[in-house]
Amino acid sequence: MDTNHQSNIKLSKTEKKFLRKQIKARNTLLRHEGIEAVSYATQSLVVANGGLGNSVSRKQLLPVLEKCGLVEALLMPPNKPYSFVRYTTTEESRKAYVTLNGKEIVDDLGQKIILYLNFVEKAQWKEMGLQPLPPGLMVVEEIISSEDEKMLLESIIWTEDTDNQNFQKSLKHRRVKHFGYEFHYENNNVDKDKPLPGGLPDICDSILEKWLKKGYIKHKPDQLTVNQYEPGHGIPPHIDTHSAFEDEIVSLSLGSEIVMDFKHPDGVTVQVMLPRRSLLVMTGESRYLWTHGITPRKFDTVQASEHYKSGIITSDIGDLTLSKRGIRTSFTFRKVRHTPCNCSYSSVCDSQRKETPPSFPESDKEASQLEQEYVHRVYEEIAGHFSSTRHTPWPRIVEFLKALPSGSIVADIGCGNGKYLGINKELYMIGCDRSQSLVDICREKHLQAFVCDALAIPVRSGSCDACISVAVIHHFSTAERRVAALQELVRLLRPGGKALIYVWAMEQEYNNQKSKYLKENKISQGKKEISDTSVQRQLVEQMPNANSQDSAASVPSIQEGGCNSRKVTNSELPIHTNRTTFHSQDVLVPWHLKGNLGKDKPVEPFGPIRSHDPGSVFHRYYHVFCDGELEAACQTLSNVSILQSYYDQGNWCVILQKI
Amino acid sequence: MKLLTHNLLSSHVLGVGPRGFPLSLQATEGRINPVEFNPDFMAWMILKVEWAALLEAADTLHLMEVPKELTEAYMNEETFLRKMHHVLLEVDVLEGTLQCPESGRVFPISRGIPNMLLNDEETKTVESHSQRGPSKLPAASKLLAAS
Repeated sequence: MDTNHQSNIKLSKTEKKFLRKQIKARNTLLRHEGIEAVSYATQSLVVANGGLGNSVSRKQLLPVLEKCGLVEALLMPPNKPYSFVRYTTTEESRKAYVTLNGKEIVDDLGQKIILYLNFVEKAQWKEMGLQPLPPGLMVVEEIISSEDEKMLLESIIWTEDTDNQNFQKSLKHRRVKHFGYEFHYENNNVDKDKPLPGGLPDICDSILEKWLKKGYIKHKPDQLTVNQYEPGHGIPPHIDTHSAFEDEIVSLSLGSEIVMDFKHPDGVTVQVMLPRRSLLVMTGESRYLWTHGITPRKFDTVQASEHYKSGIITSDIGDLTLSKRGIRTSFTFRKVRHTPCNCSYSSVCDSQRKETPPSFPESDKEASQLEQEYVHRVYEEIAGHFSSTRHTPWPRIVEFLKALPSGSIVADIGCGNGKYLGINKELYMIGCDRSQSLVDICREKHLQAFVCDALAIPVRSGSCDACISVAVIHHFSTAERRVAALQELVRLLRPGGKALIYVWAMEQEYNNQKSKYLKENKISQGKKEISDTSVQRQLVEQMPNANSQDSAASVPSIQEGGCNSRKVTNSELPIHTNRTTFHSQDVLVPWHLKGNLGKDKPVEPFGPIRSHDPGSVFHRYYHVFCDGELEAACQTLSNVSILQSYYDQGNWCVILQKI
Repeated sequence: MKLLTHNLLSSHVLGVGPRGFPLSLQATEGRINPVEFNPDFMAWMILKVEWAALLEAADTLHLMEVPKELTEAYMNEETFLRKMHHVLLEVDVLEGTLQCPESGRVFPISRGIPNMLLNDEETKTVESHSQRGPSKLPAASKLLAAS
């Protein structure tokens, strides 16, 4: 390490201290971030403590670095306590190394920060591609003058006592006031028959007229919500309730700029800078499908270059710095909707959900949509509660995993909260699930898991010694999709590899023994579950009853649709009564959300996709299997032999082997 | 994501088949997580690894420990097994991307979790499902046969 300053043979006490700290910084970077420092001089240095995550901004750090030479690039990764600097020559970086190690600078919060530098071969960050704005989103800069801004801000009087005129509330993370109509946070809607007296403030009228004339907006809004955010305040991600407001939602940012996060249901997140005095216009997809929110924090990571004002914050870490938040007041104008929403984003539309109870899928596309809505979305919503009820591994699955030879590679397809991934330390287990929230839980437990669909598993063919599929296949809504999921599972196996499959059984009573599921019914059987969803009220059990005892007698074939209960056309899916026998193979099973919700669930949402109150009922789609049906499905697979099939606590189970 | 997991992952974009392997790894953030060393377990894992893919991934992460070729002589050497233990099980990619070598589709890795979800167009339909290519055996199995 000391080849660079051999002249300093005798180090002073302070120098020794800095050297110790510098070595410590070097070790920490390697251990926690995998950044490897080198002991010879290079053009690049990692600057420990000089990072955005340490509240050190670009404009503070850059001048300090530039004193030692020409800086070719300064890379400041978001939320990290370090940055990378590249000088044009090694001489310059060596000079920085010698002069800046142990150097004290003052951060954005006025605290002293000591820099420690180490040479690196190269900065280990790559630029990510530019993301486009969410479709239908527009930011119009400098839409009003400073005078108008001042006038608008002064027109809102944040009185302590709530007068009846304009409804003011102090929410947990912001202050809010409504005009035109009051927005009710209990149901995320407005009372359309009860407009507030006085309408919108007069001052808004001329401004709105101007926007209409210029074409920024197409309809005149009749509802205004004024929010005031102090630094550190925020608003949870939400979609404005479809049935409450028309397509166009516009929001004026006053007093200070802010970074707003937009998120697509697929997980794509786009951060958009809303400059002071700009107008955010959300229409179409950005209004109906993407959630928007403001992360509560005191600083935003923003683009440093001057020409960037509004728009996307890229992850170009060569151009990021910190912006201290000020008090931002937003004027959000919306038009109250008087007819049901008929947008093309039915998966997140409250109007359309109520009007179209799910029915049995007629095509693969419909099947996929049904699963999206009644399986994937539901698990995403209930993940936290679901996981808290799934802690005990089932003994016979544990037995299967424990019996596998040491050094086996095992995939758990549909791993949920990962309760089987750590069962046997002698195996290498990977898990996957369709639900990001459940995979997040696996990751917190330091398990190897990724997000994917069981019909397209991103694992190379023949790489697994064993696979397990526990309570997964019954969520596919057509026989073809169930077989395809099984085939995909088998694809992963090497010849000789084994798969264990568990599906829920139609027969919850077998050999005169009630399953655990039935036994846990504390209320008398047949008593209806209390549910407040309109879906449930509309649905009656229209399917012909299948007597499980009868159906078990004949071996059903997949092509004919399994047991005699499936011969249904145009049928709405019945809702199963929890802890009772099944009356239909294709059912919606209610999940009653209880207790603590996930930590990042909105506290006082504007209009989340769905209400998350404890007590909410979610419906999961299931195809419960009849006796013999799982084996029959497995027999249609190529290169497979069935080693064992059995009934275990209300589930049909098969162990198969790839030939 | 550990490199052993990366070694098992393959692109599943419609029509890509076995050409979807290996996924090209780009890491912007990583970490070293100590894991208890088990020489027998490691010896098994090494036989199951696709070596070229591991070499490529280790290379992008600047991990110098991986020899260009796997020979039998290495198998019982503890220093080698310890190195491989570190590379396969202790290196943890937190942020980055995985790219399909055939279609170019990029999958994000965020907080250590690869998100491999495809959109509708990229997914194979149920009908075309069985048309996948023949399964490819791990290269290391040859070594097993030889020994």
